Amino acid sequence: MTLSRMPEPDRAVLDRRDSIVKDLEALIGVDGVISEEEGRRAFEADALTAYRQAPLAVALPRSTEDVSKILRYCNQNGVRVVPRGAGTSLCGGALPTADSIVIGTSRMNRVIETDFINRTITVECGITNLAITDAVSAEGFFYAPDPSSQLACTVGGNVAMNSGGAHCLKYGVTTNNVLGLKMVLVDGEIVEIGGAYPDSEGYDFLALVVGSEGQFGIVTEATLKIVPKPESARPVMLGFSSCEAAGQCVAAIIGSGIIPVAIEYMDRPAIAVCEAYAKAGYPLDVEALLIVEVEGYEDETTRLLRDIVDIARSFDPQVIEASTSAEHSARIWKGRKAAFGAMGRISDYYCMDGTIPLARLPEVLSRIAQICAEHRLKVANVFHAGDGNLHPLILYNANDQDESNRAELAGAEILKLCVAVGGCLTGEHGVGIEKRDLMEVQFSPSDLAVQMRIKSVFDPGWLLNPGKVFPLSVLEASGERPAADQAA
Amino acid sequence: MQTNFTPEQLSNARIAEAESILRRCVHCGLCTATCPTYVLLGDERDSPRGRIYLIKDMLEDNAPASKEVQHHLDRCLSCLSCMSTCPSGVDYMHLIDLARAYVEQTASRPFKERLVRRLLAGILPYPERFRFAIRLAPLGRPWTKMLRRFGFEQLAAMIDLAPAVLPPSPKFEGPGTAATEDERRARVIMLAGCAQQVLRPGINDSTIRLLARRGVDVVVASGSGCCGALTYHLGDEAGAIEFAKRNVDAWTKELAKGPVDAIISNASGCGTTIKDYGHMLKREPEYAARAARISALARDVSEFLGAYELGPPKRWSSLRVAYHPACSLQHGQRIKEQPRDLLSKAGYSVVDIPESHICCGSAGTYNIMQPEIAGALRDRKSKNIKRIKPDLVAAGNIGCISQLSGQVDVPVVHTVELLDWAYGGPVPRGLEPLARFVSNVPEPKQRRAEDFIHA
Repeated sequence: MTLSRMPEPDRAVLDRRDSIVKDLEALIGVDGVISEEEGRRAFEADALTAYRQAPLAVALPRSTEDVSKILRYCNQNGVRVVPRGAGTSLCGGALPTADSIVIGTSRMNRVIETDFINRTITVECGITNLAITDAVSAEGFFYAPDPSSQLACTVGGNVAMNSGGAHCLKYGVTTNNVLGLKMVLVDGEIVEIGGAYPDSEGYDFLALVVGSEGQFGIVTEATLKIVPKPESARPVMLGFSSCEAAGQCVAAIIGSGIIPVAIEYMDRPAIAVCEAYAKAGYPLDVEALLIVEVEGYEDETTRLLRDIVDIARSFDPQVIEASTSAEHSARIWKGRKAAFGAMGRISDYYCMDGTIPLARLPEVLSRIAQICAEHRLKVANVFHAGDGNLHPLILYNANDQDESNRAELAGAEILKLCVAVGGCLTGEHGVGIEKRDLMEVQFSPSDLAVQMRIKSVFDPGWLLNPGKVFPLSVLEASGERPAADQAA
Repeated sequence: MQTNFTPEQLSNARIAEAESILRRCVHCGLCTATCPTYVLLGDERDSPRGRIYLIKDMLEDNAPASKEVQHHLDRCLSCLSCMSTCPSGVDYMHLIDLARAYVEQTASRPFKERLVRRLLAGILPYPERFRFAIRLAPLGRPWTKMLRRFGFEQLAAMIDLAPAVLPPSPKFEGPGTAATEDERRARVIMLAGCAQQVLRPGINDSTIRLLARRGVDVVVASGSGCCGALTYHLGDEAGAIEFAKRNVDAWTKELAKGPVDAIISNASGCGTTIKDYGHMLKREPEYAARAARISALARDVSEFLGAYELGPPKRWSSLRVAYHPACSLQHGQRIKEQPRDLLSKAGYSVVDIPESHICCGSAGTYNIMQPEIAGALRDRKSKNIKRIKPDLVAAGNIGCISQLSGQVDVPVVHTVELLDWAYGGPVPRGLEPLARFVSNVPEPKQRRAEDFIHA
């Protein structure tokens, strides 16, 4: 599964490896630089393991100033840089190139300031998503975006990919929850964008930077919104005998004007796997399961749940079961949140991420099944149905090259399908290497040209997170040229 | 995850086992967040996912372990927090055990380290030798600074951990049977353990009293001894297997004498290993079946008692007990609720420690081998314990008890000692100052039927 090629490494940089390592050690200390081969190999992949490449070296800075020093050095010396948070990207966002320095933010994980009156928190970007909620939960607050990897993924990665999560249906994705950023530009300059207040003065650079996949600079601090925990939150499980019925039910709930916190969808194979892991009491004999969560005041949740169940009844559900306790809710979510990892119990998987208009859900699901069958592959579906963000998991054997290639081809067809029905290539995982070569399906050449010009403004030498987002052929044909080519 | 082993490599049963474990990992990275060393050091190579990668490369390359791999595997606590977190069910425990044995076979260690490892493996599993060593420790105490200066941090850590005063020997050391005075309802074998009975003999005594009061005969089998965990985690697989075989032999003899309801361990680190005997000895034809039977009977004392109705306690207190779940109990054996439930039913007010899934740094001999990381984890744990202001701390593993004693400003005792106290046993050692907050539950006045009839 390595159909997308990475740019050629810069020979001159490879040859200077030893001296670059020495210089980095002088900048941030010996214990902050990893240069031995085995150590570098531990960084060769993120959660998209099909693509692997050990970097030139790894730097683990402890502060924004460290990051600034490294970037200034790399910029002056034409060395490419790949930012990495926890390495949980499903699209290869943290995949290194052989001539790049990986800058890992794992040691920058402090909470800098919490402000409960203004409901903000300022953190270093290597902190995990869940640790933010942990830091404010005793005071009754939480940080809303909740990617399924929230236990491990970092806020820096969330900002880079504009990550979402199950609860984004109500609270929005990362970009809706970031107020300010501290970012190191490619030349080492430290800039602050936005701040602990709504809206920004001048251009909305925040919106531009969130989701830029580490190609505009390295974000080192973030000021985020925190929201009060609702008085009560309760999920209900709705099981259906067909995915069409479940899909129609989702559309009807959203259509009624109710905004649940989350509407999650699992199909039969996914239910079985998640139940085996979480023992959440999912019904095993249904074709599709919806987990719909509502929250608010106790009376409000009761009323909303009743309304939702009323709507669901017209789609002939086989199972209607509301959570019975906080502990039960936790188990219901545990299974859903761990769905991808739990799939690892039965098979390697290729996790897709596209969005579609909700009304096309039943049709798209049956097309996905068809595509996978044509490629002789199994598929399981676990996704955020409320906002039409699909995550088909294509199951394959990583030790079988042919099957791996088929999985990648099937994945590409599924994403093309998303675009064809009026949706989008990426929901919340980003483009990375995985969807890079499909960008032309979504965007016209002039769209891409404009995007590349913006990238060039931030990173004229194209040193930051190389080989991602823009198809190499498009990039090479354009006037925007990566550093290695310039040097050549 | 993709692996690259040749068919020839896979014909080796151990490599095949490693391969099947590695194939389950999907490299999702969730484990990193709950790994104590990653949380502390922020380095992928000190995370479960990173170590899995290092192990994969090492085994695939079929080369001797490098210094780098050895270093990062040595830093793993084997706390198995990653296994509680892993959604894919990666059997990290058996992978790291296997890798440690590979490292010991293929790579050398400096003299200082070999010396410490020898000392540990030669002393700790043998109560007599251990008692003797503790008596010698005061002689070394004035020299710890100097030892540290000359790079013998591990020796210094050993001396620091030795208790100043050796407690009296346990009331019942075995071998033999501590018979119940009540009607016999069950018969169990107890692992008397090695280091624990020297450091805190009250734990075995409490266990026996607690069980005997409920009609359970407790057998300490002749010939049984250290479970082997200590040597196993130092990478000495052959030595560990010898210990395991000795226990399997001794206990099988007891099984032949009459029905055994369980094999009880009150040190969860040991319990985890006994539960793994079936796996450790599966390639030993003479032992495999017997070992599997032993493992199936193994229970932590809290697990066994949890299934019993202990009834109302004899003593009542408002003591605030911080329950510290030992990693071997919560992650290794997946026993989370029973000890808490038992303590609450016995009348204690149980509070949870923040970050309770993170190891205290004890981890067998880890606090001796890796004093720096162990110290940082101990301080982190102490801070978390102090935050909830308990009257005392209860834990189910002697390692944690030794690691935390003296670090938090309240006593640290074993769960069964507290239970035994509540159900009528003596005040546990070190809790004397708290005794005045504990009172006897008044016995209800016994009345006969005629008292009511003729009233």
